[in-house]
Amino acid sequence: MPTLKEVQLKIQGVKKTKQITKAMNMVATSRLRGAQGAMDGFRPYAEKFTEVLGSLAEKAGDEASPLLIPKEDVKKIHVVLCTSDRGLCGGFNINLTDRTKKYLKNHPTAGAAFSFTCFGKKGRDWCRKNNQKIVDAHLGVVGSKFGFNVASTAGKKLVDGFLDGQYDEVYIVYSEFVSMAKQLPVLQKLLPIPPIEKDETEDGGSAEYQAEHICEPSPEELLGDLLPRNVYVQIYRGLLETSTSEHAARMTAMDNATKACNDMIDSLTLAYNKARQASITADLMDIVGGAEALKG
Amino acid sequence: MAESIRLEVVTPEKSVVSESVQIVMAPGSMGEFGVLSGHTPFLTTLKTGSLKYKDESGRERFVFVSSGFAEALPDRVTVLAESAERRKDIDLQRAQSAVERAEKRLQSGDRDVDYIRAKAALLRAISRIQLAQTR
Repeated sequence: MPTLKEVQLKIQGVKKTKQITKAMNMVATSRLRGAQGAMDGFRPYAEKFTEVLGSLAEKAGDEASPLLIPKEDVKKIHVVLCTSDRGLCGGFNINLTDRTKKYLKNHPTAGAAFSFTCFGKKGRDWCRKNNQKIVDAHLGVVGSKFGFNVASTAGKKLVDGFLDGQYDEVYIVYSEFVSMAKQLPVLQKLLPIPPIEKDETEDGGSAEYQAEHICEPSPEELLGDLLPRNVYVQIYRGLLETSTSEHAARMTAMDNATKACNDMIDSLTLAYNKARQASITADLMDIVGGAEALKG
Repeated sequence: MAESIRLEVVTPEKSVVSESVQIVMAPGSMGEFGVLSGHTPFLTTLKTGSLKYKDESGRERFVFVSSGFAEALPDRVTVLAESAERRKDIDLQRAQSAVERAEKRLQSGDRDVDYIRAKAALLRAISRIQLAQTR
């Protein structure tokens, strides 16, 4: 049976922990709102971009740009790994690195060489631990406010690397924000750019796209300009989704931690009361015993 | 009053302009072009520079755009740019320090300097300043 003092100290400790987890939960909630705002702000751009790109790709054909043509012998694979900088967000980072690990393990081509661009400290640390080659690491991006230039700078390097033959394929691993309670690790191909889906809906919005555009310069050149940008857009989206997911994951994790603290405080308080009661009973027994003895 | 046309200027971060306007003048990469209502579908890349439009009351307004492209349809113009801001939102001080930074980099003669990038940054900053100072 622990002494009264011990239990009391323990209760105080758990209460302190609860304060921290609760504060972190609230910080994550407000950051999440910011991240969701950024995602909302990006959506019109992304939608319009995909629309224009789709209609252009149709016109220019499938082999208009070297970025579209798959390489025959895929030996050098580059992965952009988006994770968070900080922990305390449940299985968030583990899910992402596990997804990457699974991909590396099941890769069909033997002898393929992998290299990484890491966004986020956790991913970088994972790469170091697993002796993966890190080409670039960006810290302080995921989970905070960042601009499109982060994605375009990183994306430009990838596109150049692909054109130079430094990489044969480029993938991105990021966490898709499905809902508050669900974040999915996703692996997506960035380069060569997969065939662009043609818009086949027949509502009013896309009907205009049947109209022939006059293009300046030629559709091929325009596409050459837009395709690299498509890579940046994908990276930017990946980063935004990962940031939002990180905050959501941390919110859930911290909420659970706060609940666990509450449970612990309850059971400790019970133990404390029991111990106190036991000591009172023992004291009473002493007094009663002593009084009996005096009477005797 | 001429028929109006819808102008949308969006960047990855936010939507900068979304309103009905009378005319849009945009800096296309093959030359400046103007769009009125009823324009033929048209798609072009844009130079770094200023986009000019007249709002419904006929007042001229300016927007800085860089690395973008524009799509004109009979009833609307959509501009997608990596960065864009209205004239009143331009941060003159920031642009001026960007000019200094870029010039220093270009003059340093350092091999590691990415000339194309530095030049692009210089161009962006200069056109921001020019736009901010036109009256």
